Amino acid sequence: MNEIVTYIFLAVIGIAIILCLLRMLKGPTASDRAIAVDTATTVIVAFMVFLGFIFERYVYLDVSLVYAVISFVGLVAIARFLEKGI
Amino acid sequence: MQDFWRKEFNLRLVIGEVITGIGVMFLFLGSLGIFRLPDVYNRVQAGTKCTTLGAFLTVIGVGIMQPDWFWKTLIIALFILLSNPISSHALGRASLKSGVSLCDRSVVDKTDEFNKKGKK
Repeated sequence: MNEIVTYIFLAVIGIAIILCLLRMLKGPTASDRAIAVDTATTVIVAFMVFLGFIFERYVYLDVSLVYAVISFVGLVAIARFLEKGI
Repeated sequence: MQDFWRKEFNLRLVIGEVITGIGVMFLFLGSLGIFRLPDVYNRVQAGTKCTTLGAFLTVIGVGIMQPDWFWKTLIIALFILLSNPISSHALGRASLKSGVSLCDRSVVDKTDEFNKKGKK
């Protein structure tokens, strides 16, 4: 894969993660922050798979799969907490 | 740029690169919607739709570029496709039940009706 295209993709995904983190710092209510974390985790899963392709390490796929499972369970727990269901 | 043309022209790499590029564009647009839109519910809509398609396309594109990894990337993509709408729906429902109001420019507001129906 061409190096310039790789750097452009990495920069665009990095800008996306930074926008999510800015909303997480700025958001007025707790739901805004939770939604920003939800989006940021999905972006980070794709970022980790792409990073594993660049470094040619197979282990990064396992890391991203476990990260996706843990973020899903944690966000459902946060949602139940906001709903006052726990 | 010279390095790219010196290699032999590989169609599989080009197809994977194009699919990954479309996915990265969708990821960026979803995060831009998270940053720009005025309301919690608009942000849920932008964040979940664009990010699900973007992550799916990015992971599948990496699997096409590296054919040994294809089945594992397919597992990751299917898990994202199943789990991301569920967590976003749970968060939106929780914010609706905990009484987060809509923005000022919204036309129809039926949150009070929903909360009354939930209490009965």
